[in-house]
Amino acid sequence: MTLPTLFFILIGAISLAAAAGVVLSRQPVHSALFLLTNFATLAILYVMLDAQFLAAAQVIIYAGGIVILILFVIMLIGGDTNDFMAGQRTWSRYIGLALGILLLASLVISVFRGFTQPAADPAALQGGVPEAVGLALFSQYLLPFELASILLLVALLGALVLGRQAGTVSHTGAASQRPAGDD
Amino acid sequence: MVPTSYYLILSAMIFAIGATGVLVRRNALIVFMCVEMMLNSVNLTLIALSRQWGNLNGQVFVFMIMAVAAAEVAVGLAILIANTRHRESINIDEINLLKW
Repeated sequence: MTLPTLFFILIGAISLAAAAGVVLSRQPVHSALFLLTNFATLAILYVMLDAQFLAAAQVIIYAGGIVILILFVIMLIGGDTNDFMAGQRTWSRYIGLALGILLLASLVISVFRGFTQPAADPAALQGGVPEAVGLALFSQYLLPFELASILLLVALLGALVLGRQAGTVSHTGAASQRPAGDD
Repeated sequence: MVPTSYYLILSAMIFAIGATGVLVRRNALIVFMCVEMMLNSVNLTLIALSRQWGNLNGQVFVFMIMAVAAAEVAVGLAILIANTRHRESINIDEINLLKW
């Protein structure tokens, strides 16, 4: 067993443990911190997979943006901690667990059955540096890139409208008294 | 070089854990985090296969998924806050305003 494989197993084990922690934690704050760990380990795996730009983007967008946003919302609305018992139907838990195991089994079996390894050419990736990704993004994928910016603008406006208190709408500046606390 | 199938198996495991969390948990915030985790496992699959075929397209797809995930988080959390404001609960069993 080579050194990269051992490293992969270590990182993968941390990632899986963090993923289990997200599901099993009682406190939403602990879930968010486990989620942060999961994102960080995935960023390490991206570096191993010749995707350096996306590893940086993963840390900046997910760990730096999304987890912080979730933590802010947890601080705003708290969370009932005993939601394991909250469902009226106790059997739904076991059904969910069984469906998850079934999904995992089918995914693993399909990977083992159908995955053949063609000749890899890692040189074409150029290590996934920002220059290579940027060239692909701004030449071949220019239209989707611009559409993504429109999508982000629409999402920003939607979050602003949804997060506004009902009743603070006035004829002058609409949400001037209250900044949108969720974005 | 670590075989690509290892990455695919790890990604399948994370996806299954996330899906189980969506099915099992009742706290809307934790369901939300599980959805994020599932999106990330798909990102890992795309990047692993991008290396496998020596093609940058997979990495561009992951970039787009990140943009969509950011938009989804902003709107989803805003919906959660708006719901909490007049329902005082984030239990997804009680969020049934649109239920027919």
